[in-house]
Amino acid sequence: MRAMTLALRHELVGLGGVVERNIYLVKRYIWWDIAFFLWTVANTLTIVFIAKGIPAVGGKIDVSRVTTILLVGAVIWAYLGIIFEILTETVAWERWEGTIEYTFMAPLSRPVHLFGMGAFAVAYGIVRAVLLFGVVAAFFTLHVPKADYVAALVLLVVASISFIGIGMMTAVLPLISPEKGTQLGFVAQGVLLVVSGVYYPVSVLPGWMQALAKISPATYALRGCRNAILEGAGITDLWRDIWPLLVIGAVSVPLGLWVFQTGERYAKKHGKLKRSG
Amino acid sequence: MQALEVHNLRKEFVRRDGRRKRRHVTALRGVSFDVARGECVAILGPNGSGKSTLVRLLATLLLPDGGSARVFGHDAFRETRAVRRLVNRVSVEASFFKKMSAVENLSYAARFYGLRASETREQIPEILKRVGFPADRRDDPMENLSRGMQQKVALARALLTAPVLLLLDEPTTGLDPRSKQEVQRFIEEVRAEHDATVLLCTHDLAEAETLADRVGILDDGNLLCLEPADELKARYGAATLEEAFFAASGHAFENGDGGGDEA
Repeated sequence: MRAMTLALRHELVGLGGVVERNIYLVKRYIWWDIAFFLWTVANTLTIVFIAKGIPAVGGKIDVSRVTTILLVGAVIWAYLGIIFEILTETVAWERWEGTIEYTFMAPLSRPVHLFGMGAFAVAYGIVRAVLLFGVVAAFFTLHVPKADYVAALVLLVVASISFIGIGMMTAVLPLISPEKGTQLGFVAQGVLLVVSGVYYPVSVLPGWMQALAKISPATYALRGCRNAILEGAGITDLWRDIWPLLVIGAVSVPLGLWVFQTGERYAKKHGKLKRSG
Repeated sequence: MQALEVHNLRKEFVRRDGRRKRRHVTALRGVSFDVARGECVAILGPNGSGKSTLVRLLATLLLPDGGSARVFGHDAFRETRAVRRLVNRVSVEASFFKKMSAVENLSYAARFYGLRASETREQIPEILKRVGFPADRRDDPMENLSRGMQQKVALARALLTAPVLLLLDEPTTGLDPRSKQEVQRFIEEVRAEHDATVLLCTHDLAEAETLADRVGILDDGNLLCLEPADELKARYGAATLEEAFFAASGHAFENGDGGGDEA
């Protein structure tokens, strides 16, 4: 019992170490973070202004509603980007800095290591997503009197479990292919969002893409967040989006761990677990 | 129980030359040796001889093609968690997050070994002082520190986790003579005070002779001999380790300062 308590304590301290390291990195790269945030704001504005642009060229839409739909899509795109970026850094950034060998030879279990990265990614991603939503929303007159922001946030946290699971699978790519791994992670992120109705309803997609949308957690995250903000759907009302997210999370996290550990074994066999690739 | 038991360890890498050609590079060809607790063994070899591969295998960063290695009785390839708690490493590259300070780098690394903030708050400044790291540079980003200072922080990182087996892979390569002496003095001090077992892989002949109880010659993946430096020289009728290397391997010792070789 004592041994188990000690082992658990050891793992929790290790998990704290992963979070601590990332906090130091944010602190040390704060200007880079600010610049990247401003770029994300500009990028999001270019998308959300489309809602105002359509009536200007003769189209007829509910501007406020479409603005909100686009804003939620852009914010979730940015959020998912952060989760994937931070998890992919598990390998890519460490390889670049040269610390990868020291981290991977430390007595920290891989699940705890990855969950530490995931926990930081979720916390950091939510802060960034809330700020992004607030800053971009200030440019528009959003009419969302029924919005349940707490329900939207809860849904995003539940969706994050699945995002972390998928992120673990993409995180291993730079370990297997140092040259192409990170880019393949971006491809995975893009595919996930394109089939999930990031700026449009899933129903407009071709049949095979709609089939993929069913197993994408982003589909339920986007639909649920939009319902919570536009229609004021509470947590109970969002159950139809929450349960698929829980099922996908229950599958993707163990699968993500297995994929990562298999990739790590491959890298150790082929001498790829090293700083220079 | 021996600190380290290596038996018939083999490792080969496949390298791509161009798009289709594959080249097999043998890094270790059945290496066997033991290291007693508290002993310092130096493995001497030129770049590409297999030193780094040996260290990376023992550090659980590689899987072998054959053979075995036990660290204080634990299988280095099956009981990796147990082995990782006992081992730490200092390599030719200091390897830190460059924008982070020495204290920040040591702090998070200590957590990975289960050391809490309350434990490291005092330990980190103490250990940095012991390795001769200036107190007023503790919060400077690593990228602003000299190679010698970075290597001292690397030593501090290894010692903070109180390893019983210290793997040193060319720890003084590229350092100026003064920093080199300081690092070597500290390695001796750690051995004497902490009862640590040291495996030192180096291409610095003088360093091997100064620090090690026994010296092994690794050449092209083969461990040709492993014995005290004096006996090694006597066996080959050599006045220096360089001559002994020539006699054992049949070719001159090609010293390089590049370090970090794959093999």
